[in-house]
Amino acid sequence: MAATLVLKGVEKTFRSRKGTVQALHDINLTLEDGEFVSVVGASGCGKSTLLRIVAGLEPATAGELTLDGAPLLAAGKDRGMVFQQYTLYPWLSAQENVEFGLRHLPKKQRADEARRFLDVVGLLDFAGNYPFQLSGGMQQRVAIARALALQPSILLMDEPFGALDAQTRSLMQELLLSIWERDRLSVLFVTHDIDEAIFLADRICVLSTKPGRVREVIDVHLPRPRDFSQQMESEFLVLKQHVRGLIHDEAARNTGFARILR
Amino acid sequence: MSLGTRQGTGALTSVASAPKAPLLARRRLRLYEPIQRRTYWLLAVISLCLVFALWAGLSYAGAVQNLFLPTPTQVWQAAVTESNTGILWPDIGASVLRIVLGFIISSAVAIPVGLLMGSYKVFEASLEPPIDFMRYTPAVAFIPLTLIWFGTSTTQKLVILFIAIFFQEVLLVMDNVKNVPVQFVDMAYTLGLSPAKVVRRVIFRSALPGIVDTLRISMGWGWTYLVVVELVGATNGLGFQIQQAERYLNTPEIILGIIIIGMLGLIFDFSFKAIYARAFPYMSRSAR
Repeated sequence: MAATLVLKGVEKTFRSRKGTVQALHDINLTLEDGEFVSVVGASGCGKSTLLRIVAGLEPATAGELTLDGAPLLAAGKDRGMVFQQYTLYPWLSAQENVEFGLRHLPKKQRADEARRFLDVVGLLDFAGNYPFQLSGGMQQRVAIARALALQPSILLMDEPFGALDAQTRSLMQELLLSIWERDRLSVLFVTHDIDEAIFLADRICVLSTKPGRVREVIDVHLPRPRDFSQQMESEFLVLKQHVRGLIHDEAARNTGFARILR
Repeated sequence: MSLGTRQGTGALTSVASAPKAPLLARRRLRLYEPIQRRTYWLLAVISLCLVFALWAGLSYAGAVQNLFLPTPTQVWQAAVTESNTGILWPDIGASVLRIVLGFIISSAVAIPVGLLMGSYKVFEASLEPPIDFMRYTPAVAFIPLTLIWFGTSTTQKLVILFIAIFFQEVLLVMDNVKNVPVQFVDMAYTLGLSPAKVVRRVIFRSALPGIVDTLRISMGWGWTYLVVVELVGATNGLGFQIQQAERYLNTPEIILGIIIIGMLGLIFDFSFKAIYARAFPYMSRSAR
C-alpha cells in the first residue's frame, strides 16, 4: 500500500506583476516506503507550497516528482490530503464526507468503507452528524478518515492539527501514530511545531527561508511505538534544541523581529 | 481563560449589587444574541401594527384629506367591491403569473451563467462587460422599444422583467460562486474529482445557500419592475389596476393595490427564508 516518493531538484517560482519570488530551490528528498517524514521551517519557507506541489495542486516550475517511479503531474487519489483548515463539506454528514471520494464504489460498499474508516478514527457513533455538530478535533478526525478511505499510498498532511488546542493536538498525534503503526503508510507531514515534527517522524526535513531549500535532514532515533512521555527525555530535547537553533535565527531575520529583539 | 476577562468583571459587579444584577444583565442588548421565536414574531407584528395605527390615526382624524389618504375602512370597501365585481383575483393572478415566469426564466439563465463566470475567468472576462453595460441601462428605458417589438403581449412584460432581474442576478450568483472557500475545491481535486465534477458537486453545492439568498433578492427587484411594466401598456394586473384607479382619483383602490403588492412580496420573502432555514440548517449563526 505504501510507496516511495522521490523529489529531484524541485523548484518553485511565483511570478506576478510585481516580479518573481523564488519559493523553493533545488529540493531533493526521498520518502521511503512506509516512512514518516516531517517538514519544518519558519513561516514563509515554502513548506506548504512543497506539499501542494506533491499533492498536484500546484505545478513545480522545474524538477521531477515520482511516486513509485511514476511521474506526479496532477492531483489524484493515490495521495490522501489533510489540510489545516476544516475542509469537511458542511452540507454532508460525517459519513457522507468520507464517502465523497468513493464514488466509484457501489452504494452499499461505499457506506461500509466509510463506516470502517470512521471506526478507525473512533467516530462511528458520529457518522450521521454534520460538521457543525462536531468539535474541531472531531472534524479533523473525519478528514483523516476521508483521506484514509481512498486507500492512498501516501498521506500528505499540511499542519493538520495547527488549529486545535494543545490537549487535542497531542491526542491527535497519538491517534495518527497508532494508525500509522498499523498501516505503515508513507506520510509527509508539514508543521511549524518542532515538538510535533520530532515526536511523529522518522526523519525531519528542515527548510531554510527565501528561497526554501533543504537545510538539513535529521534522523530521529526515538524508539517506537512512541508515547507522549518521550517528549521529556533528553534525546528528544537535544534534537529539539538543534532544530530550534536552525529555524529560530532565520525566522527572526526574515520577519523583521531581529532588529527589534536585539 | 484569556477571553474571560470581560465576563469576569461582569460577574464581579453582579456580586456587588446582588439581587438586581441578573435582571439588568438580561435587559442589555447583546450583539447577535438570539431571541425567542415568540419575541421575534411579537416585535414584527407590533411594528406592522404601528404603521397601520399611524395610517389610521392620520386618516380617521382627518389630519390628511381623505382624497389624498383614504381611511382603512374605505380601502376595505374598495377590496370588497373589487372582489365582488370579479377583477381583484384575476389581477392578482395575472401579476403573480408574470412575476413567477419572469423570475424563473431569469434565474434559469442566471444560475448556470453565473456559475460559469464565477468558476472560469474566461467567462467572467467575456461576459461581465456587456452584462455590466446592461445592468446600468435602466430597464424602464426598454419599455418603448419592447412595446414596438412585442406589443402589449405577455412576452413584452417578460422581456422587461428579464432585463430588470437577470443582469443583477447573474453578477450576484457569480459572487456567490467566488465566495466558495478555495480549500473546498483543492480538497475535491485530491479526492479525485474532475474539474467539471468539482464545479457541479462542490462549487455549486457550496454556493447554493448564497444563491438561494440571491433568488430572494432578485424576486424583490422583480416586484418593483412588475408594477412599472404594468403601469405602461398592460390590460390587467395589479399595476394596471393602480393606474386605472389613478384616472378616477380613486385613492382607496390605489392604496389597496399597494398593500396587496406589499403583502405578496412579504409572503414570497418569507417563503424563501423558510426554504433557506430548512434546506441549510448548517448556515445559521448558532450552527457555527
